[in-house]
Amino acid sequence: MDVSTLFPFGWQHYLLGGLAIGAGVALLFLFTGLIGGMSSVFSSTWSYLVRNPYFQQARYTGSRGWRLVYAAGLVVGALVWWLGFSDGTPLHTEVPTWALVVGGFLVGYGSRLGNGCTSGHGICGLGSLQWPSLLAVLTFMATAFITANLVSFWGLA
Amino acid sequence: MSGPTKMSPATALVVLASGALFGFGLSLSTMVQPEVVLGFLRFQDWGLMLVMGGAVVVTLLAYKLLPRLLRRPLLGDAFHQHPSQWNRDTLQGAALFGIGWGLCGVCPGPAIAGLGTGNWDLLWALGGIVLGALAQGLRAGRG
Repeated sequence: MDVSTLFPFGWQHYLLGGLAIGAGVALLFLFTGLIGGMSSVFSSTWSYLVRNPYFQQARYTGSRGWRLVYAAGLVVGALVWWLGFSDGTPLHTEVPTWALVVGGFLVGYGSRLGNGCTSGHGICGLGSLQWPSLLAVLTFMATAFITANLVSFWGLA
Repeated sequence: MSGPTKMSPATALVVLASGALFGFGLSLSTMVQPEVVLGFLRFQDWGLMLVMGGAVVVTLLAYKLLPRLLRRPLLGDAFHQHPSQWNRDTLQGAALFGIGWGLCGVCPGPAIAGLGTGNWDLLWALGGIVLGALAQGLRAGRG
């Protein structure tokens, strides 16, 4: 099996992009000591608006400032790529709206219930060699593989 | 694992720059495109493994080496740790997360970063994530 079978769109940009993501997480850790998973920002930002005791935990009220700035940085970095390194056409997706909304809801609910997502468990958790994160990654990879293939098999999206 | 409540301008700038590197990487690696993620989940393209592998190796080096080289982070009080634990919530949460991810091909990072690429379709996913996080917190806060 040759490389183009595994990577029909090439492989360099995947590796370079992954290294850049890791560099972002490493830079945050070097200067602030903070762990840069992404899904917590959704709970921590709700703590500005919702008085419910869950959102008023110190881990959210104490981190909501930097998490919002970190999320803003995400948009800035993507904008730099779009304006400077792509052909400038706005990206769009063919994934149907219902799948984006329903899938998004489950992503938000599940990542917060499980306390981590692809970056929190996947990158930061595996990067600190935590076996609960490895189990979480194996779990969500399994259900994601099954769901994506069933959806395509049934022609839903 | 809360971190600074009040940020100095220097800290804010570093946090912004870190996020920007992360967002640039997500865009360069095309992880902001749900079709590419779904292609991986359907075994058509193994790129996501390289993205994940590259990011994990750099993170692993930073998390292992920096606390040995420095007594504290350059602008912070202490090196934090990712508090992950294995229990029923983690299992159920990860399983639900995967179902949602397999359905839409969007996870939290790309839902946010994608806005920087003019991909307004992703606002649907971002809205879903925001509401899902709200529902989870309200349910957890009840009991």
